[in-house]
Amino acid sequence: MKYVEEFRDPAAARGVLAEISRVTDQIGATADAPVRIMEICGGHTHAIFRYGLDKLTPDGIEFIHGPGCPVCVLPRSRVDECIDLAEQPDVIFTSFGDAMRVPGSYKSLLQAKAQGADVRMVYSPLDALELARRNPDREVVFFGLGFESTTPSTALTIQQARRTNVLNFSVFCNHITVPPPIKALLDDPHMCLDGFVGPGHVSMVIGLRPYDFIAQDYGKPIVVAGFEPLDLLQSVLMVLRQIRDGRAEVENQYARVVPAEGNPVSLAAIADVYETRPSFEWRGLGEIDASGLRIRPDYATFDAEQKFQIGYGAGQARAVAEPDGCACGEVMTGRVKPVACPHFGKGCTPELPLGALMVSSEGACAAYYQYGGARAVEVAK
Amino acid sequence: MCLGIPGQIIAITDADLMMAVAEISGVRREVNVACIAEGAPLETLVGTWTLIHVGFAMSRIDEDEAAKTLDVLRELGEAQEVLDAMAEGAESLRPRR
Ligand code: SF4
Repeated sequence: MKYVEEFRDPAAARGVLAEISRVTDQIGATADAPVRIMEICGGHTHAIFRYGLDKLTPDGIEFIHGPGCPVCVLPRSRVDECIDLAEQPDVIFTSFGDAMRVPGSYKSLLQAKAQGADVRMVYSPLDALELARRNPDREVVFFGLGFESTTPSTALTIQQARRTNVLNFSVFCNHITVPPPIKALLDDPHMCLDGFVGPGHVSMVIGLRPYDFIAQDYGKPIVVAGFEPLDLLQSVLMVLRQIRDGRAEVENQYARVVPAEGNPVSLAAIADVYETRPSFEWRGLGEIDASGLRIRPDYATFDAEQKFQIGYGAGQARAVAEPDGCACGEVMTGRVKPVACPHFGKGCTPELPLGALMVSSEGACAAYYQYGGARAVEVAK
Repeated sequence: MCLGIPGQIIAITDADLMMAVAEISGVRREVNVACIAEGAPLETLVGTWTLIHVGFAMSRIDEDEAAKTLDVLRELGEAQEVLDAMAEGAESLRPRR
């Protein structure tokens, strides 16, 4: 338990770990027949590796890393469309830093910028709106991506653009939602998952009710969790206890931040600006019904798809093949570990990512590379 | 990129657009407070600790929770990432050409 000393409260962590071992034994889970728990959120994936929770917990528990890293599930075709937009002469293309390194079919946004496109990294969509105010003769496009934790920020920014009449601002909307891919994974006959650790900050916006189907229709436990190592361990224990007791419920370990009903202002802004797309493409997972959002016709002025006739809005959404031999799809769905990919640590590293799972610290491959560390890379070589 | 960072609201700058200045790990920047306003007069938000995500205050938290969250974010390297992103965002706003 070498990492336990790093915990704020090592004694509490030891207590929870002992209880986790006990309940794992009661379930009868072993290394050969483990309980498989998916942490949905990429932030949790990162924390699990950073604190070595996968090593601290018994062999009878296997963590499956879920699809909750927005840049990791971004298809190459959408990156290509960003670059098409960014290379238009009048456009200033703005994006969160994470998304700038995601490889498209030809290049990333960062490479397009190096070749002369006006691409700027911003911290907030509000920065992009301010850029539009200061550059009235240019079109400022913001690349809106992310789950429900980020969606309210672009919705509120679009509302503000309309209120303040900033008409040279638009959002290239690639927002996605958490519940549909979970349903897709649960419907996949190759996936066997015993329970979920639910995302904290997404749930702060959407609340707990959107997860009811996981417990009620699929009979699986889900526990919404915070980001401290102790939060994660407690949540795993809550999932295990449900499994042991034959219960399937939506529980909230992170109640100090996540209200059961979510955040009403955020939800109202999302509902005002966005509508659900019939389907949306996810890297590694394919098309998933009702899993993406688009801007309502009422806000067409602020919709880059409609303004520039690009992307899903133009019916040009095109599937682009993934790099040869890469295992992104299998890693994404928890079928194989990153080290099983032939590119891991060779053609694909955090410095020069081939697949999106290597781009962000929340991606499973990057987390393995960083903390599974030298050993994982050695094994791969 | 989905993790929020704790910050403290220190002044209201535009009540109409729900904008305020927050101090985030020693750095000040303008944030939107619509999601935590809940109909109360905005001035009452001054001093409040909140989780800030991409320029939006998303949830009220207490000071102790703020300190703990910040520690975890520092350990994960996320706190510095956010501060770098804020600096880069400010840089992007500067006129060029
Ligand atoms: S190592 Fe790279 S190419 Fe292989 S699965 Fe991970 S991200 Fe994809």
